[in-house]
Amino acid sequence: MQIMQKRSKIHTSIGSKIFNVCNIIILTLLALICILPIVNVLAMSLSSNTAVTSGKVLFWPVEFTIESYKYVAKRQAFWQAMGTTLLRCVMGVTLNVFLCVITAYPLSKSNLRFRSRTVYTWSFFLTMLINGGLIPSFMTVKSLGLLGSIWALILPGAVPVFSVVLMLNFFRAVPPELEEAAIVDGAGQWQILMKIYIPISKASMATICLFALVYHWNSWFDGIIYMNKPSQYPLQSYLNTIIIESQSVTSGALDWQQMALVSERTVKCAQIFLSTLPIILAYPFLQRYFVKGMVMGSVKG
Amino acid sequence: MLTSFLGACFIISRLYIADIDEKGNNMKIKRNKFKKEIPFHLMLLPGVILTFIFSYVPMAGMKIAFEKFIPAKGLFGDQKWIGFDNFTYLFNMPGAMAALKNTVIIAAWKIVLGLIVPIVVALLLNEVRSSKFRRTVQTAIYLPYFLSWVIFAGVLLDILSPSSGIVGQIIRFFGGKSPFFLGSNKYFKSTLILTDVWKGFGFGTIVYLAAITGIDMNLYEAATMDGAGRLQKMWHITLPGIRMIVILMTVLSLGNVLNAGFDQVQNLISPQVYESGDILDTFIYRIGMIDAQFGPATAMGVLKSVVSCVFISVSYYVSYRFFDYRIF
Repeated sequence: MQIMQKRSKIHTSIGSKIFNVCNIIILTLLALICILPIVNVLAMSLSSNTAVTSGKVLFWPVEFTIESYKYVAKRQAFWQAMGTTLLRCVMGVTLNVFLCVITAYPLSKSNLRFRSRTVYTWSFFLTMLINGGLIPSFMTVKSLGLLGSIWALILPGAVPVFSVVLMLNFFRAVPPELEEAAIVDGAGQWQILMKIYIPISKASMATICLFALVYHWNSWFDGIIYMNKPSQYPLQSYLNTIIIESQSVTSGALDWQQMALVSERTVKCAQIFLSTLPIILAYPFLQRYFVKGMVMGSVKG
Repeated sequence: MLTSFLGACFIISRLYIADIDEKGNNMKIKRNKFKKEIPFHLMLLPGVILTFIFSYVPMAGMKIAFEKFIPAKGLFGDQKWIGFDNFTYLFNMPGAMAALKNTVIIAAWKIVLGLIVPIVVALLLNEVRSSKFRRTVQTAIYLPYFLSWVIFAGVLLDILSPSSGIVGQIIRFFGGKSPFFLGSNKYFKSTLILTDVWKGFGFGTIVYLAAITGIDMNLYEAATMDGAGRLQKMWHITLPGIRMIVILMTVLSLGNVLNAGFDQVQNLISPQVYESGDILDTFIYRIGMIDAQFGPATAMGVLKSVVSCVFISVSYYVSYRFFDYRIF
């Protein structure tokens, strides 16, 4: 690699230099396009209403103020929704990962070791081909009496087939000698799974954990259809109602001075930023494990 | 619903019987083997039950499409069977055909651009010498993928707003007139397609970058010795090197031909752009959940599921047959 680079340096022509410069400019622009919208939102949430309305705010706060955040802090609906989402994430991720591991483990065995494997894989595979659709799914959840319960947000997506496939491939890469040795020592399958497979696949567990976390954090539609009233909405469903349907103009609690600093728009930006914050904080992990998982999942064939 | 489950049980039991019958003398060993497999069945039980309830029951529930469905009687209650009436009703409905047309157009553009843009960006990233710069760019372009469509739509509504949005300001700065991207039928479709590419292109590069790292370095060295320039190397080595994965991704993406992206469209659409932006899924949601016309909505859903199923099956079969791609 290094030799190659040295060599090509010798050959660096003018055309190559121009190409390099253009390439860097294009990529920088692309990177900025992906980052700046969020920066714009952050800047607006930290600016005064007058500055935002007059269009002065680009990527840096103008007339810096944290009034919007103070306003959000007092908005109970936001924190209630945040609480629902946190609960959903904790329960949902735990269940997802648990089910994923115990489903993937038997399926990672060969057909010789586990003869009905094919039947099971087909039954999971079929769910990737055919989808009951919105109304039948809704009616199913309704018939089970889950409407308005947090379980309606957790159970329908409890077995993420893509993560199962990922986990299964990780398990297959475990050297079989480990299991054989454990069997000789008299360990059962549950013990083998708990004491050998799970400890050595921590990285892959982290991956599916993050898959589940992003899924639960970002889901919004199930909240809208399965919850009975807006006070039960998880965060993203709540944001959908305030951003898209943009009702609830800032209530009359504002006095004159505040009006200059806070508006529905800056408050909206503050809420958008607050609900993106966890993703940004988890981003280093997301990038590391998510990317690894995607690569494992897609180029294995 | 029950019959399909029983059918599955039957198939499983048949597998064992066939096994034992063939080599009747080995019955003891077989039973022993079955005992060893019991933990596997137990591990799969919760997943199978949940999948059955939340995937297979809705599949059986597609029968709503052929019924005069009254929700109060329940999913498997005594509903009146009306054959294909819901479908006829659906086809006479204003907007249904437009939704189908919009879906195919939007999905097709998203598939095409969703393939090309990530490949081009991956090739450009691969040409960057400084790994620090490359990693910084990667970090930045992956970000939009992780934001939910609610958030991203919120940001878009703000920056694309014709009066106060930043994009409008930039266009005005250069002397243009800012169009109403999300409010006019002329621009809505392209806005949907471009914003979707914007959100997903960075993440899409991952697969191709991984494939590029698998290319033999000696090829590049040999090409350099032969006096190949960088574009030539890109064209004759890198691109052919990732050819297989590109074809595979193309084939697999065919399954999305009726998926125009519900999350995105539902968050960006407004009544004045139904004509250009209404897709099957938003249509189903509106007539089903808002207007409570369960029968016609399910009928549309069934059409979508059946067509998608054909496309997905074919794409999986082709990838399996020609690229040895298997999911499980």
